[in-house]
Amino acid sequence: MKVVKLFVVFLATLAMTTAAMAGTLDEVKKRGMIKVGVNGSVFGFGMPDDKGVWKGLDVDTGRAVSAAVFGDPDKVEFIALTGVQRLPALQSGEIDVLCRNTTQTLTRETKAGLNFAQPNYYDGQGFLVPKKLGVKSAKELDGATVCVLPGTTTEMNAADYFRANNMKWKPVVIENTAELNNAFFAGRCDCLTSDASQLAANRSVAPNPADYELLPEIISKEPLAPVVRHGDDQWYDIVNWTVMALIQAEEFGITSKNVDQMLKSNNPGIKRFLGVTPGMGTQLGLSDKWAYNIVKMVGNYGEIFEKNIGPKTPLALERGLNALWTEGGLMYAAPVR
Amino acid sequence: MPFWLDSDKRAIFYQIFTFLMVGLLAYYLVNNTLINLEKQNIASGFEFLEKEAAFEIGETPIQYSAADSYGRALIVGALNTLKVSFVGIILCLIIGIIVGVARLSTNWLVSRIALIYIEVMQNIPVLLQLFFWYALFYESFPGPRQALNPIDGLFICNRGVAMGIPASHPAHKFIIIALVLGLVISFIIKKWAKKRQDETGTDFPVFWTSVGITLGLPLVVWLIAGAPSEMDIPALKGFNFKGGLMMSPEFIALLLGLVIYTSAFVAEAVRAGIQAVSRGQTEAAMSIGLKKSHILNLVVLPQALRIIIPPLTSQMLNLTKNSSLAIAIGFPDFVSVANTTINQTGQSIEGVALIMLCYLTFSLSTSVFMNWYNKKSKLVER
Repeated sequence: MKVVKLFVVFLATLAMTTAAMAGTLDEVKKRGMIKVGVNGSVFGFGMPDDKGVWKGLDVDTGRAVSAAVFGDPDKVEFIALTGVQRLPALQSGEIDVLCRNTTQTLTRETKAGLNFAQPNYYDGQGFLVPKKLGVKSAKELDGATVCVLPGTTTEMNAADYFRANNMKWKPVVIENTAELNNAFFAGRCDCLTSDASQLAANRSVAPNPADYELLPEIISKEPLAPVVRHGDDQWYDIVNWTVMALIQAEEFGITSKNVDQMLKSNNPGIKRFLGVTPGMGTQLGLSDKWAYNIVKMVGNYGEIFEKNIGPKTPLALERGLNALWTEGGLMYAAPVR
Repeated sequence: MPFWLDSDKRAIFYQIFTFLMVGLLAYYLVNNTLINLEKQNIASGFEFLEKEAAFEIGETPIQYSAADSYGRALIVGALNTLKVSFVGIILCLIIGIIVGVARLSTNWLVSRIALIYIEVMQNIPVLLQLFFWYALFYESFPGPRQALNPIDGLFICNRGVAMGIPASHPAHKFIIIALVLGLVISFIIKKWAKKRQDETGTDFPVFWTSVGITLGLPLVVWLIAGAPSEMDIPALKGFNFKGGLMMSPEFIALLLGLVIYTSAFVAEAVRAGIQAVSRGQTEAAMSIGLKKSHILNLVVLPQALRIIIPPLTSQMLNLTKNSSLAIAIGFPDFVSVANTTINQTGQSIEGVALIMLCYLTFSLSTSVFMNWYNKKSKLVER
C-alpha cells in the first residue's frame, strides 16, 4: 500500500506538466481555490475540530493567503500530509503552498527546490518525558528509547545531539502522529522528541497531561515557515508578504475588530498598508484591499496566535520568541512601501 | 504482393510500431521530468548515497551509526526487510502446512478450528492486524523495570522480548561448519540410497540417518570444545535491557501480522493441493503394498506439490511486499529508511526508483528460486 502511494507520487512527479510551471497565481484563480498542505493531527497548528472545521495557526496562515488572493478566507482546500509526504506533494504541484510547521533549512531551499517565506512560528526542539521516569535533564537520556516522527529535522537534530554528547539511543520511528503518541503514552519509549510547540500539543491529548513534563533543554532552532516551489517569484512574494502583513498589522495595532476605523487613520503607513493610498497590492498582482482583507477576515498575527495556541488555549504557549520585535521577540516585518 | 497484404510482414510492422510508441512515451516522460527538475533546481543523480545520513536507525543487523552514509543506511533497511521476509516465509510455511492439513482432518473439532482460523485471518486486512499486534504489545506488557520473567533468561516487556543466548565462544564457528557438513553428508546419503534402491531394491532409512548426522556432528564438536554452556543473559541497565538477543515490539508485531495473515492463504493452497490428488491414487498405492510414509512421500506429495507451488510462490511474494507496511508501526524496513532519505535529500525520484529496484530484486530472486523448484517437481513426461 505504502509502495503504491509512493509510486503514485513518483508518477505525479514524472508527469509534472508544463502547466504546473506556469504562474501559480493564474492557476489558483482559474481553479478558484488554493490547495494548502497542512499537518492534520497537531492541535493548535493544523487539525480539524470535532465538527470537521480546520483550525490552527498554519490553517489561518493558509486562510490569510486566500483572503489576500480572493478576498475570501475560505477558498482553500486543506490537504493533510505526513512529514514524509509533504515535500514531494509540493514539488509535484499537488499543493500550491505548504503550511505545515516545516523548518527552513539550507538543503530544503536548494536541493529540494523550495522557497521558505517569513516564518510564522519560531520553535526549538525539546524532549517530553513521563514524570515517573525521574529524568531532569536531556543529558541523562543515555541509552534511552526515543519516539520520533520520520522525515523531520527533529530526527536529525536528535541524532546530532546524542552524538555530540556521546550518548547512545534507539529511535522508534512512526509516521502517523496519533500512532506515535499512543506508543509513547503506553510507554514504548522513554521520551518523545519534537518541536516544543508540538510537544505541548501532544501532551494536551495525553490521557493525563499532568503525568508528563518537558525537559529544560531546547536543542535546536526551528524557524517554521510556509513553503512554495522554486521558480515562481510572484507566488512566493504573495505568500511571503501575507505573513509579513499579519505581523505588520499587529505592529500597527490593526485588529479584525478595529480595521474599519483604521481606514480613516492619518498614518501614511497604515493608509498604504490598508490600500487607502493605492499601489501596494497591485504590485503583488492582487487587489489593493489585500491586507485589509487579511486582517478583517483572519486577524493579525497576535490574534491568530492567541486564538489557536495562546495562554487561553489548551496548549497555553507564551509568545516568547514569537512576540513582536518591539516587545523583545523575533516577529519583524519588512516595511510595506 | 504489397507488404500490407502479407500478414507476416504486417505483424513485424505492428511490433516495430508498438516498440517505437513505448520508446517515445518513455523518452517523453524522462525528458519532461529532467526539464522540470532543472527548472525547479531540484538535484538529481545518486551522489547523495555517499553523503552522511545523520539519522539513527532503531534496529541494525550490521554496524551503523548516524555518521555513516545514506548508502549504508539503505543497506541496513534492505537487510531488515530481508530478515523479516525470510523468517516470515519460513514460519508461514510451517503454520500454513499444519493448518492446511488440519483443515482436512477427520476430527470435527480440529478441522473446524482450522476453518475458523483461515476464514478470520485471511479476511482481516493485514494492516489492521499489524496495528492490533503492535498495540497489544505496548499496551498489555509492563515497562522494562517490571518486565515479565516467565522462565530463566527470558524477559517480556513493552520494549520487546529479551532472551538469553549462548555467550560467544570460538567453538561456535566450528559448530556451524559441522552443521553445514552434516547437511552435505545427508544430501550425499540420499543420492546414494536412491541409487542403491533403484539397483537392488533395498530400502535405507534416509530420514533418521540424516537427522542423526546433521544434529550429531555439531553435538560432537560442542563436546570436543569442552561443552561451553555459558549464557549471555540480558540484564536491566539504565533504561533498557542489555545483552542477550533483543527482539523489538515492532519486529514481533510485523512478523506476527504477516505470518498469521499469509499462512491462512498458504493453508488453503495446501488443502487444494492435497484434495486434488484423487483418493484412487492412495488406494492404488495401498493395494500394491506401499508403507504409509511411502504413500505420502512417493505418491501423494509429489502430485500435490505440483499444484501447491505456484500459489505458494505468489504468497511468498505477497509476504515480502506486504512487509513494506512496516512503516505504519515503525519497523525500520527499506521503505521506512528510503522515505527518510527522500525527505532529507528531496530526491524522491531516485528514492522511489531504489525502492522499486529493491523489491523487484527480492521478488524476482524468490520467483527464480521457486520456478526452479517448480520445474524440478513438475510432472516428468516420458
